[in-house]
Amino acid sequence: MPPPDTPVVPSPTPTPALRLDAGRLPHLLAVLTADGRELIGPVVSGGAIVYGPITGADDLPKGLVDDQAPGRYRLVAGESGTYFDHVATANSWKTFLFPPEQKICDIAHADGALTVTAPPVDAPARAFIGVRACDLRAMGILGKVFDNGDFADPAYAARRRNALIVAVNCGRAGGTCFCTSMGTGPKADGGYDLALTEVPAGGDGAPAYFTLVAGSDAGRRILDRLDLNRATAAEVETAAARVAACADSMGREMIADAAEMLGDNLDSPHWQTVAERCLNCANCTMACPTCFCSTVEDVTDLTGDNAERWRKWDSCFTLDHSYMHGGSLRRSGAARYRQWITHKLAHWHDQFGTSGCTGCGRCITWCPVGIDITEEARAVRDRAAGT
Amino acid sequence: MTATAENRAAAVAPADPMVPRPFRIVRRQRELSDTFTMELTAEDGQPFDFRPGQFNMLYAFGAGVSAISISGEKSSGRLLHTVRAVGTVTDRLQALRKGDVVGLRGPFGRPWPVDRARRRDVLIIAGGIGLAPLRPAIHHVLANRGDYGRVLILYGARTPDDILFPKDLKAWRSRFDVFVDVTVDRAAPGWAGKIGVVPDLIERAAFSAEDATAMVCGPEVMMLFTVRALLRAGMAEEDVYVSMERNMKCAVGFCGHCQFGGRFVCKDGPVFAYTDIAHHMTVREL
Ligand SMILES: Cc1cc2nc3c(=O)[nH]c(=O)nc-3n(C[C@H](O)[C@H](O)[C@H](O)COP(=O)(O)OP(=O)(O)OC[C@H]3O[C@@H](n4cnc5c(N)ncnc54)[C@H](O)[C@@H]3O)c2cc1C
Ligand code: SF4
Ligand code: SF4
Ligand code: FES
Repeated sequence: MPPPDTPVVPSPTPTPALRLDAGRLPHLLAVLTADGRELIGPVVSGGAIVYGPITGADDLPKGLVDDQAPGRYRLVAGESGTYFDHVATANSWKTFLFPPEQKICDIAHADGALTVTAPPVDAPARAFIGVRACDLRAMGILGKVFDNGDFADPAYAARRRNALIVAVNCGRAGGTCFCTSMGTGPKADGGYDLALTEVPAGGDGAPAYFTLVAGSDAGRRILDRLDLNRATAAEVETAAARVAACADSMGREMIADAAEMLGDNLDSPHWQTVAERCLNCANCTMACPTCFCSTVEDVTDLTGDNAERWRKWDSCFTLDHSYMHGGSLRRSGAARYRQWITHKLAHWHDQFGTSGCTGCGRCITWCPVGIDITEEARAVRDRAAGT
Repeated sequence: MTATAENRAAAVAPADPMVPRPFRIVRRQRELSDTFTMELTAEDGQPFDFRPGQFNMLYAFGAGVSAISISGEKSSGRLLHTVRAVGTVTDRLQALRKGDVVGLRGPFGRPWPVDRARRRDVLIIAGGIGLAPLRPAIHHVLANRGDYGRVLILYGARTPDDILFPKDLKAWRSRFDVFVDVTVDRAAPGWAGKIGVVPDLIERAAFSAEDATAMVCGPEVMMLFTVRALLRAGMAEEDVYVSMERNMKCAVGFCGHCQFGGRFVCKDGPVFAYTDIAHHMTVREL
């Protein structure tokens, strides 16, 4: 039986909420830039909202929302002209904390000796703008992977340490979100420096605003430079009600006993059923904010005297992932899908004391054939129960 | 850039466990047609401590990395690795000669339970190249012979020509305080020894099943049948240890390749008590 969930990040005691007029969001971003930070936030790219470098509020996808469903993603105009009513982005913060390709070292071969040179750690000071509760949890989970009690990845730690987190509590549930059933959102409950809740302009002409709290000393220092007023009790309540309504409207959920049930059903006939649909494209593992698998490649230059070792994202959906002399261990698609879902939902608990899934829904949206992790877990359970 | 952000970015990072250190081959010896042993010393002169059953990640320049168990220690700081050439990296390692340099990271993994086995009978059971990761455990037990009960070494190879470390086996057999039994799958002219599989040796071995610790290393099917024979002989699951093999890219829990159910073979293993993995050993393609 997996150990009970342990909190991934401690809950901070946030400061009392301040009010930031929506029109002053550029000011907040300017203060963060003046703090020496590169800003990374939501931007439209290739027909989707992704996290990428931004220079100010004008780069944000104001007024756009994402229509997400299994195997489907579309950008449409939102109803309330907000900055942050889109949900999970196509990429995740993993891209910035654990880059898809990183050089481990250069190795030079000369005069019968090997000289190993590790590059300096690339960990720029950044501010992450618009981090959702589910993605905050994902960062906590990745933090445990790359500091696992036996070994720590100094580059990951430095990049995480140098990122200031500006969280956004979600005001709208996406079509593939299920964070409430994973206990991860839609409200950020720790691990951030600043957290915003957006309230759109009222029908009565009341202007749009954010409530803003700090969850760390670094966040407090930023707030000190903004010169903001306390939010009124009514404003705090309006903001909280929006987040609560988002939670209530979430249309998807993970079954409660997924961890134990999947661990007990490694021989389910359902793996074969999913395998008949699964294309083994690995999209789900690339999109997932917690999938951490990597491989290492050696690149030699033309002289043959210099090699570079590169660490690159990998996926358990490839045959190479489980290759051993003589062939792959997980030859069938059924075994590879089983590895993915049982790792996310069951074996992650054994490894890290937490689920590997945050309920962000990315794997559902970006699956070309719309395979839904919540539906597949339910189907395994139902077939085990003979219903 | 403010002082705080800059200072934090510039802070000296601790060593990356993915970066190898150069080690020089000071001796190289052919063992079998496809198997050789390298003796390595650190170029930086730092001491190297390991426990029996641990492994290193060996890097062959321009080819890549393989997980290779430590097969012994010539003297302090002189590591032995015994490698069977089966593919890209191990072939490249085989082509290296005395004086050449490899990259090395380690040691990694949980060791054989040589401490827990104290005052008990010890069964060392190996198949093929599996004798290499067990040799440091044998050395440890024999160096502390008085601490252990009966010591049995049971070994199986495909043919007489595939028997690894024949000199060691002969030396161990010549001792009166060690029982050594060797079998081959297929005999060859001149072979006067046993023919059959390793589990068959267990039935004829004398040890007290309730008070013994077994350490088993070999191909996965060999280990599975060996464990079954040990359990049939009356041993408890928690007294039987096996060393697992999975694809490994990092050995430090980062790359995900070595997962075996809820365990990382690299850092939770490779040596496992059979009780801890019994329920997963028979699941296909896990
Ligand atoms: C903990 C551990 C200890 C080991 N100890 C020894 C030892 O002492 N001596 C020895 O000869 N061999 C040992 N092996 C097996 C050795 O790691 C593989 O034979 C070697 O990685 C094959 O790589 P290759 O590039 O030569 O072969 P290829 O077939 O070209 O391999 C391609 C890739 O597959 C992976 N791979 C292939 N076979 C294996 C395998 N059996 N286990 C893990 N990954 C594999 C490697 O990542 C390799 O880079 C050990 C394996 C593990 C996991
Ligand atoms: S498994 Fe799917 S829903 Fe869960 S965290 Fe990964 S991408 Fe998000
Ligand atoms: S689900 Fe697959 S790709 Fe993702 S972390 Fe687990 S093994 Fe790696
Ligand atoms: S070898 Fe990379 S996680 Fe075990």
